Amino acid sequence: MSEATSRAGGVAANVATDDAMSDRFAHLRGTAGEEQIELDKEERGFIRRRSWKLLVQLSVGVRRKLLITALFVVIAQAAQASIPLIVAWAIDWGLPRMIEGQSSGMWLPGLSYIACAVTAGILIFHYTRMTAEASQQMLFTLRGEVFRKTQALSLDFHEDYTSGKVISRQTSDLESLRELLDGGINSLVQGVMFMFFTGVTIWIMDFRSGLVLVAALIPIAMLGRWYQRNSEVAYRRTRVSSAKMIVHFVESMTGIRAVQAFRREDSRSRQYRRLAARYREDMVRSISLFGVLQPSLMLIGNITVTVVLLWGGYRVLEGDLGIGVLVALVLATKRVFQPLDMIAMFYNSLQSATAALEKVSGLLEESPTVTEAHHPRHLPEARGELEFTQASFRYDEDGPVVLHALDLHIPAGQTVAVVGRTGAGKSTLAKLLARFYDVSSGAVSLDGVDLRDLAVTDHHRHVAMVTQEAFLFSGTIRGNIALGRPEASEQEIIAAAKAVGCHDLIMELPEGYATDVNKRGGRLSAGQRQLISFARAFLADPAVLILDEATSSLDLPSEALVQQGLERLLGNRTALIIAHRLSTVAIADRVLVIDDGRVVEDGAPAELAAQGGYYAKLDAAWQSSMGA
Amino acid sequence: MTESPGRSRTLWQALARLGPYLEGLKLRWTLGLIAAIGAGVVALSIPQVLQVLVNSLLDDNAQVSAVWTAGAVILGLGVLEAGLVYLRRFFVIPPASDAETSMRTRLFDKLQDLSASFHSAWGAGQLQSRAIADLNLLRRWFAFGSLMLITSVVSLLVGFTLMATLSPLLAVVFLGAALPIMIIGPRFRKKFVHYSRASQDQAGDVATKVEESVHGIRVLKAFGRGDYAQEGFTEEADELRDLEVSKARTLAKFLMAMVILPEGILGLCLLIGLWQVANQETTGVTIGALAAFFATAAVLKGPIEGVGMMLGMTFTAKTAIDRHADVMDTATEITSPHAPVVAPERGVLEFDDVHFRYPDTKAGDRDLIDGVTLQVRPGETMALVSATGGGTSTLLNLIPRLYETTGGAIRIDGVDVKDYSLADLRSRIGVAFEDPILFSTSVKSNVLLGTSHLRDVDDPQHPHRDAAPAPDQLDEVLRRTLITADAEFVETLPQGVDTPVGEEGLSLSGGQRQRLALARAIASAPSVLLLDDPLSALDVRTEEAVTHRLREVLNRTTTLIVAHRPSTVAMADRVALLEHGRISDVGTHSELLERSRAYREVMSASVRPVSAEEVLGRE
Ligand SMILES: Nc1ncnc2c1ncn2[C@@H]1O[C@H](COP(=O)(O)OP(=O)(O)OP(=O)(O)O)[C@@H](O)[C@H]1O
Ligand SMILES: Nc1ncnc2c1ncn2[C@@H]1O[C@H](COP(=O)(O)OP(=O)(O)OP(=O)(O)O)[C@@H](O)[C@H]1O
Ligand SMILES: [Mg+2]
Ligand SMILES: [Mg+2]
Repeated sequence: MSEATSRAGGVAANVATDDAMSDRFAHLRGTAGEEQIELDKEERGFIRRRSWKLLVQLSVGVRRKLLITALFVVIAQAAQASIPLIVAWAIDWGLPRMIEGQSSGMWLPGLSYIACAVTAGILIFHYTRMTAEASQQMLFTLRGEVFRKTQALSLDFHEDYTSGKVISRQTSDLESLRELLDGGINSLVQGVMFMFFTGVTIWIMDFRSGLVLVAALIPIAMLGRWYQRNSEVAYRRTRVSSAKMIVHFVESMTGIRAVQAFRREDSRSRQYRRLAARYREDMVRSISLFGVLQPSLMLIGNITVTVVLLWGGYRVLEGDLGIGVLVALVLATKRVFQPLDMIAMFYNSLQSATAALEKVSGLLEESPTVTEAHHPRHLPEARGELEFTQASFRYDEDGPVVLHALDLHIPAGQTVAVVGRTGAGKSTLAKLLARFYDVSSGAVSLDGVDLRDLAVTDHHRHVAMVTQEAFLFSGTIRGNIALGRPEASEQEIIAAAKAVGCHDLIMELPEGYATDVNKRGGRLSAGQRQLISFARAFLADPAVLILDEATSSLDLPSEALVQQGLERLLGNRTALIIAHRLSTVAIADRVLVIDDGRVVEDGAPAELAAQGGYYAKLDAAWQSSMGA
Repeated sequence: MTESPGRSRTLWQALARLGPYLEGLKLRWTLGLIAAIGAGVVALSIPQVLQVLVNSLLDDNAQVSAVWTAGAVILGLGVLEAGLVYLRRFFVIPPASDAETSMRTRLFDKLQDLSASFHSAWGAGQLQSRAIADLNLLRRWFAFGSLMLITSVVSLLVGFTLMATLSPLLAVVFLGAALPIMIIGPRFRKKFVHYSRASQDQAGDVATKVEESVHGIRVLKAFGRGDYAQEGFTEEADELRDLEVSKARTLAKFLMAMVILPEGILGLCLLIGLWQVANQETTGVTIGALAAFFATAAVLKGPIEGVGMMLGMTFTAKTAIDRHADVMDTATEITSPHAPVVAPERGVLEFDDVHFRYPDTKAGDRDLIDGVTLQVRPGETMALVSATGGGTSTLLNLIPRLYETTGGAIRIDGVDVKDYSLADLRSRIGVAFEDPILFSTSVKSNVLLGTSHLRDVDDPQHPHRDAAPAPDQLDEVLRRTLITADAEFVETLPQGVDTPVGEEGLSLSGGQRQRLALARAIASAPSVLLLDDPLSALDVRTEEAVTHRLREVLNRTTTLIVAHRPSTVAMADRVALLEHGRISDVGTHSELLERSRAYREVMSASVRPVSAEEVLGRE
């Protein structure tokens, strides 16, 4: 893995270096121009270069294998091509010898024949195997690379670029590349070699026919250009329409419960049908282009044969050309065009793969907005002191300001409750600490180190957050809790579960900690999912713990249980607890009331309750609701 | 998923399975086959004809006209060849793509009809790979692989017959090559099919990993576990690579055999032939016959290799069919009855000894819903309370038949929910799930999901209801429901109600998402409203506002509301306590507080003490 990783890292870095160019192509950088189908000459050049470059970089590490494969293809071809020669040799040279009584006349050709067959067979085995190995290796690298990139990209990217698109890049786009890699090299090498040798033979036999052959290249080149132009656009279209189809598919399946409950199967199905029909149309269009190219090439080939025959025939009649030569010429001309078919096929898959690579390379070109500093500062131990200085934040450059020049100091070890109306900016505050985003201006720091300067690994070790959405991965409960600290032992996992009070319920599941929780933890109830996410955070054991409504779906006893555990766990850790239930706030040293992106109240719970502000009202409402 | 009944299916059965999709394909496919074979025949004949034609020039009194004739014949054949090749595609591509598309859309429809329990077990990637990659493969096989397989087999047979007429003895020897291939053939098939199935499944798993890693990106980022996810992914991708390589290796071995065996035997034939020719007096084999034999044998080379490759493609295609069938054969448990009952809408909701258990429940355990009996009167708001994991969400899901009860009956307006058509049933009901489940469209489309907004007029799933808002009222309804759900924040969004909410609504705050889900539930003016802990992400003040505004709506709507807090319960007229799968008590909040110990426990924060050791055990 490590080797693949480091190599893959190089790919990303190289792809990114293109950025230095002028910004003429700003609208195409990254995933921006993904759905643009018609490109002008320069744009096209830019995009194509990017995808070719990626292809070339992917071949790093398998180039030698590819070379050997090509060599094997050549040898295997030669071995197979020499078989008729051996037969001829057997008849011309072997037979007379045998008749003379020398048995070598029989053995030599016979054994050479078998040797050639066996060599060809063995080489075919090896090059088929090696092609697959090389192509799978390249795909593996690219898959890993795309995965790494999507993981590295910040949330603002993911909010726009849906998961369906990522999946489509990772699956159907890579599939196109795979077609190219699997079949491409063999047919290309075979075809080119064959054409070259046959072409040379023709030139040697009769240069006039060779001229005809060269002349045939003109319409072939024209045809090729026509095909290139059109198929490029056509394949680009299929990539776009296939991605749309996949996005729709994935979203329908993810939201299936809402689709069913709100009776949207039919309208979703109609929309899918439209998208699928669109894809079909685009696909058929691109295939049809090839359907024109292939017979046209064949026609050009056959016309060339006819011309060679006509011209040669005349010369035979005039006595300028031997009849035997004409037979050979005409047959060779017929044969020289045969591999054109294969080459065309290669070209076809190349076009398809390039269209796919355009998208993939675009994704790889994206760069995360939240990045590690060039010279990150390390913080082996953290006390957990947090500081916001004039921190402002907006999600979009032209969007509303969500946090307004926030100044906030949280000393190490303090437990801070954050309350406020929905949409006030509480989660945003938390997400800034977890560095889902960077502040638009001002700074956030941990132990005096600006988060932007802090080494990413240190940051992750010291700050952990339970997000508002309790997301579980399919797989075991153990695996899900262990996500908090993958190296944790079984005992530690169990202890974490006990601490949040979900050990008993886990033990009641069919396979205990090994129970598969299904897609998105669907096997568990909402409250149970929250408990598991909570256990995850317990296990992570960070210096700063952020809980974003981590108990909102729990019943009161479970919540209280979690709180007890929390109280003990927190000890001298810094904690930021976002909650709507004031019961959670009870364990806090300090309460922040956020409203419209500003801290409007700040103080000890009792203090604030007495002040008669927002918190006091909240408190009163809470008390009365509990009493109701 | 690992179960694959397809293994026992033969290719023919698999194809028969596809019957309905292939209806339109048959005729054109046959024409395409004829074109393909025709093109093959022409391609084979051109060299022969050339030879004959050129030899005709040998004639001493050959004329210029002979040259022209020869040219014309060759040109004619050439045009024919190109034409046939064109025709093959022309005939086959459109119907093959149609078959692909219809398989795709039917798969989609099927998946949408399958129940939530199916979906929770199948990774999205598995489904997606079936919908796209597998079907692309099949199309290619229909349009190309199947034709080429047959063409190759035909030319193999023709070539062989030719050879047999030239030299029966050598043909028999050559046949010997076929014998070992017959033996390794099935073994190859078995192995190849195994790998192809495994790798296609694995590709689905890889896609699933991708999907999860993107949907779960917030968790991964919150814990900085990108590397961990990457490792998991690499493992899966690595396995995919291994499987693919093993598959290729199997194919490569077979191809090797397909070259070495016939060609090796031909080498033997050469030996024997040379000996025969040398002893021509006794054997009668001439040089000419020997040369002709090898010339013919050369013709077989292409088809033999072709057969090997095309067999590989065919087996992969079969796997794709199997995988498709796996999904299509899953029984749709939840369907409309043949003769749905129609009943006037009043909003009476009754549970009559309802039982439910998830399929993977341990055998000895009691049912999760173990005989729930409860009546909710029209217009009444009933709170449903239980401990975490008590089964409230499950019970709610049973009402619109997202899951199917395993016993007893749920009745709406006196009719068993199973007797309504699904569209009718679900159009009477509005649901707010505990997780909002929003789509990446605009606020408006999300809120109006249950109404006629963006539906075709003939949408069979949107039956007429008197209460449902008319299309021209939708804007008004949207405005009103947003107010009711206290979701006026929408006005401050950049594009108002047309603002896209991001994937799963994640560019909104938690409370904002929840209020949109709530608005969505009430927008279609249902007569039964199911709210699963709809205020959990709201602050107390917003909760109050929503409660206040909702009450008006709830007055007219029968509502079942899952509650974990007294504040939510406050909205309800009565409370039902779900305990051990049964409704153990029903009454008002204060009544229950007074008489039910269990209720007091769930509704107040007094807890069993936990020992410090238990909590700190890990240190
Ligand atoms: N990813 C995003 N893109 C754009 N705007 C966003 C995004 N996430 C949140 N917002 C907006 O920022 C504001 C603050 O959101 P935030 O999630 O911080 O609220 P909150 O205080 O956590 O509310 P809640 O209690 O409902 O969770 C809201 O108006 C919300 O619409
Ligand atoms: N798909 C499933 N397969 C098997 N068991 C499940 C499945 N979904 C839920 N369960 C189990 O059924 C029980 C009830 O789940 P349900 O979601 O109905 O609880 P709930 O009352 O809604 O809890 P909460 O208050 O936490 O939302 C839980 O113990 C859960 O583990
Ligand atoms: Mg929030
Ligand atoms: Mg629930």
